[in-house]
Amino acid sequence: MGKSQTVKKTIIFILCVFLAILSLMPFVIMIVNSTRSTTQIQQHAVSLIPSTYFGNNLKILLGKSFNPAVGFVNSLIVSVGATLLATYFSTLTAYALVVYEWKLRNVFFSFIMGIMMIPAQITMIGFYQMVYKIHMTNHLSMLILPAIASPSMVFFMRQYMKPALSLEIVQSARIDGAKEFFIFNQIALPIMKPAIATQAIFSFVSSWNNLFTPLILLTDQKKYTLPIMISLLRGDIYKTEYGSIYMGLTLTAVPLIIVYLLLSKYIIAGVALGSVKG
Amino acid sequence: MEKKKKNTFSYARYGYFFSLPFLIAFLIFSLYPTLYTAVIGFTDLKGIGNTSIHFLSDPFANYKAILASPTFHTAFSNTLKLWISNFIPQLALALLLAAWFTDNRFKSPGEGAFKVLFYMPNIITAATVAILFYSFFGYPMGPVNDLMIRFGFLKEPYNFLVKKDIAQNIVIFIQTWMWYGYTMIILVSGILGISPEIYEAAEVDGANGWQKFWFVTIPNIKTILLFTLVTSLIGGLNMFDIPKLFLMGGPDNATLTVGVFIYNQAFSGGYLYNRAAATSMIMFVIIVAVSALLFYALRDRDEAEMRRIERQQIKAQRKKMKEAKNG
Repeated sequence: MGKSQTVKKTIIFILCVFLAILSLMPFVIMIVNSTRSTTQIQQHAVSLIPSTYFGNNLKILLGKSFNPAVGFVNSLIVSVGATLLATYFSTLTAYALVVYEWKLRNVFFSFIMGIMMIPAQITMIGFYQMVYKIHMTNHLSMLILPAIASPSMVFFMRQYMKPALSLEIVQSARIDGAKEFFIFNQIALPIMKPAIATQAIFSFVSSWNNLFTPLILLTDQKKYTLPIMISLLRGDIYKTEYGSIYMGLTLTAVPLIIVYLLLSKYIIAGVALGSVKG
Repeated sequence: MEKKKKNTFSYARYGYFFSLPFLIAFLIFSLYPTLYTAVIGFTDLKGIGNTSIHFLSDPFANYKAILASPTFHTAFSNTLKLWISNFIPQLALALLLAAWFTDNRFKSPGEGAFKVLFYMPNIITAATVAILFYSFFGYPMGPVNDLMIRFGFLKEPYNFLVKKDIAQNIVIFIQTWMWYGYTMIILVSGILGISPEIYEAAEVDGANGWQKFWFVTIPNIKTILLFTLVTSLIGGLNMFDIPKLFLMGGPDNATLTVGVFIYNQAFSGGYLYNRAAATSMIMFVIIVAVSALLFYALRDRDEAEMRRIERQQIKAQRKKMKEAKNG
């Protein structure tokens, strides 16, 4: 018994180490290759020893149409804007569902549950035509404003708020003469902080990584978000510049990896929390 | 009593008022585009920059054309194939790891670190991942060829990306690699939510590890498994980033998914917005049907039960009143 368990434990550990290497390896190769010259990569595409061509690769990369700084700033504007709107208005909508008794409340909640699984991607043709008609295709606001209506986040916030916010607190604030909107901002929002933090991370990441919508709406290079910038690396202009392709990929992935490792505790807890919502 | 009722009524309007921003944004950015997509599906709208629409004499002409298109058939069967063959290993691996990570007998060192690393590929931009793997399989001297030759698996460089089934398998691998960590974390939290008493009872009855997994764990995380299945299926039906940037749907449409097909119809070549809209609506119907399934499974059961009792009470009361009147 004891022996077979030790064997099993060892097998599990080996499999876990293998999977961990599988998770890390692609990024290690990417980062190391971003410091190597194209000639070095062509001789041996895998190496664990960094070289000295970091600056050179960067120069070639930036010398063409790749401008990660512009993509970074645009992605930041879109992601921060969308995250702020999504978390604030989702909490507000959840507050309306939890605190007030109104005739259509249950209908509205069922409606939110009904639409929360429908991905925006599937109605993109109509969205594009609408945006095109009002001449807003190259406006980042068209990537930000739709976040006000985030059904799945409203659902999550409502499930979290129901046990967390006691209606007695709201009632006593009313007796003290506080206005409804003030009660929401000053009392409900602080109580919701943990839920907001969790949802903010996921909202930010999905907005940051979104390729489909920006690819359709943005045609002006100055408005490109980071994923579109990345897609340029697949184009003909970098065909043989292996070093600078790895450089471009590294520039876009490393900030995410660093932020992820710093926040991993909260992110993993957030993923787990999101699943219990059912 | 009377006064209290009046009080709740005056607050009720805030319920409408606070949901208004959501509702307005939904009408403009979701409902209108959905209806508009449906309308475009019945028109002749095509050509870049064209916005004037005319309904076709045969309103279903676009749908007929799409459903008869061999390219759409390829895209649809690819999408299902790529999803199923990544979901099965993904779920199996996630279940295995989740069962181990929640079993106290197999507490392995560095469990927290493993979880963090397994989930990491999910957080990296899919566009970056797609192009990274494209570079890895480069010919003649990509990292995979380099390793294969160095370790003696290959004599000379092999051009992986022109082979249809290899290309598909790489996409399947990428999807599995990106998502098993996510599924694992969800399953772990589901298993941790099961009351330990059920396990203790099973142990008293002499169940072994495998029996406990099969007869206690699986039935108790049914809802979460369904949630995983449906969300993964909906995501899979929309698969776009990886197949689009990895091989642009190639070679020979082997990695063409419905998402890429819609994009190509609408935003390249003939700019066939009408065909793309019709394809979108076909997928829309499928997704609505799938999510309706989840909606019924995840419904707030207690609340539905309470509402049912409430309705019964009202009915009973009315009946009583009626009887009193008649009597």
